[in-house]
Amino acid sequence: MPFVFTPIPLQLSDFSVEYLVSIVIVTLQVSLTAVALATVAGVALAVVVGFTEFPGKRLVESIINTGMGFPSVVVGLVVLIMLSNSGPLGDLQLLFTPEAMIVSQFILALPVVASVSLSAIESVDDSLADAAFAAGGTGRDVQVAVLREARYGITTAILAGFGRAISEVGSVLIVGGNIALNTPTGERVSFTRTLTTAITLEARKGEIETGIVLGVVLVALALSVNALGNVLRERGEH
Amino acid sequence: MSDQRTRDETGTDETGRNGGRTTRRRLMQAAGAGSALGLAGCLGGDESTPTATEGDGNDDGGGGGQSDDGGSNVGDGTLTLATTTSTYDTGLLDVVNTAFQNTFGITIETISQGTGAAIRTGRDGDADVILVHARGPEDQFIRDGAGVNRRDVMFNDFVIVGPPDDPAGINGMGSATDAFATIAEEEATFLSRGDDSGTNTKELNIWAEAGIDPSGSWYQETGQGMGDTLVQANQAGGYTLADRGTYLATQDNIDLVIHVQGPLQDGPAILQNPYGVIPVNPAVHDNVNYQAAMAYVGFLTSPQGQSIIGDYTANGSQLFFPNALAEEPDFAQYVPQDYGGSSAAREQARFQHWVDQVVPDDY
Repeated sequence: MPFVFTPIPLQLSDFSVEYLVSIVIVTLQVSLTAVALATVAGVALAVVVGFTEFPGKRLVESIINTGMGFPSVVVGLVVLIMLSNSGPLGDLQLLFTPEAMIVSQFILALPVVASVSLSAIESVDDSLADAAFAAGGTGRDVQVAVLREARYGITTAILAGFGRAISEVGSVLIVGGNIALNTPTGERVSFTRTLTTAITLEARKGEIETGIVLGVVLVALALSVNALGNVLRERGEH
Repeated sequence: MSDQRTRDETGTDETGRNGGRTTRRRLMQAAGAGSALGLAGCLGGDESTPTATEGDGNDDGGGGGQSDDGGSNVGDGTLTLATTTSTYDTGLLDVVNTAFQNTFGITIETISQGTGAAIRTGRDGDADVILVHARGPEDQFIRDGAGVNRRDVMFNDFVIVGPPDDPAGINGMGSATDAFATIAEEEATFLSRGDDSGTNTKELNIWAEAGIDPSGSWYQETGQGMGDTLVQANQAGGYTLADRGTYLATQDNIDLVIHVQGPLQDGPAILQNPYGVIPVNPAVHDNVNYQAAMAYVGFLTSPQGQSIIGDYTANGSQLFFPNALAEEPDFAQYVPQDYGGSSAAREQARFQHWVDQVVPDDY
């Protein structure tokens, strides 16, 4: 039997195409922003740790590596406490906004980006640095040469960070609140509802099929972003 | 919460195109009464609306005019509502909140949690108003000064559901405590929400009432929402306690049937499920949008809000029964149940009164 895609769940009364699109947009906005910020901070961190020697360097590396496995629900709770009106940063009024979700995804993606970048930098063969140095390069030139060599690994780091951010559900559910707004005609429009939190909601309602369709959309999104990353990586080779 | 976000996509679309003329007219009426009641609920500083004393909503004059420009200025334009999964997952709030938004031009951000979590969110000042269903924790919320101006809004009931073949043999029992006792005796699988929700609170009350401390491998906590738990009970062939609204809304996806009815269909009074709305106390959290919260309370308890609730159906059944409107006073809704002579027995009698009054005999 040939595979025929029938978008049945999209015909459910509370599941319009506009609603789905708004969820996708929120998902991408939050995760891409979080990963962009995590890339800046994470690569900078990897450069600092990778190119300098200081006491406690091993400890810092261990902390970064441990951060990769940090449970997202705990990150969510910590961000909740910080951003709550009863918390220290309550005056910023960020809780239950996309910004709060960016904060928590940033915290989750940062160690991934930093750790994978760091190992990419550290695995560049010492002979390269030596050669750059022998060719009369300054310390800075040596670093640039190493970073150039490590760029594939760093791209992988960014993609891994993105995978971590877009697939997590625990923290965005807590700090975002899984909010959809109602338009004047009663349609739902995502405000802080991502694909993952929407799946949670559908599963809760027993709408398993709808949840799976959303999951397929999520995987397709992740796949597209990774494909894009690979294209960029290959282009860099020429 | 009180920030100044504006969202044009919800604020400026033309209203009522899909809703047709009757919906539009109802919204206009809702605008009249909603804003009038909102004002009566001490929105002292707002402009206009000389009709504040007429709460019947039959004037489509001044009040209605406010709705179309979306410019009525109650608080700062965003209302954060912390509520239970049962009100959200059934779709009721999509209808109620849309009508409220079109009336007041206030955007509602709904966070659906268990009752326990919703109360905590309100207690932390992270929501402006809560709509929940566990009178004990609600009373504690008020007693602690975290919330003010509680109102009864609506009710339905809980039902004990289980697999169609009814392994414990509780079908048709008239007592919830007897049914629970039988399930415990037979050690039939029972799924508990275990999440401090209103339903979980009710379930634990029933066990306590039956004098049983449920334990053993037959008693399983899911730690999940009502829908999840129903789906899980369906898979596991177990019993669970469900609010009728979520059960009816999820019915299509599961095989579970009702074995013990709630008071809506002559079941025991202990299975009553009343919902209350409580604004967060602005004296405790000065950045909550109290004006909008009171407007929301006003709207929910207005004749229009109540009729929207009463008209809402899923799978052909009415899910919630409004009970905010009464000619005689009902002080018990404003204060903790044991406050100043009101009692649980009185509350039960009161609930039965509402069942007799608004639930059709053939429901």
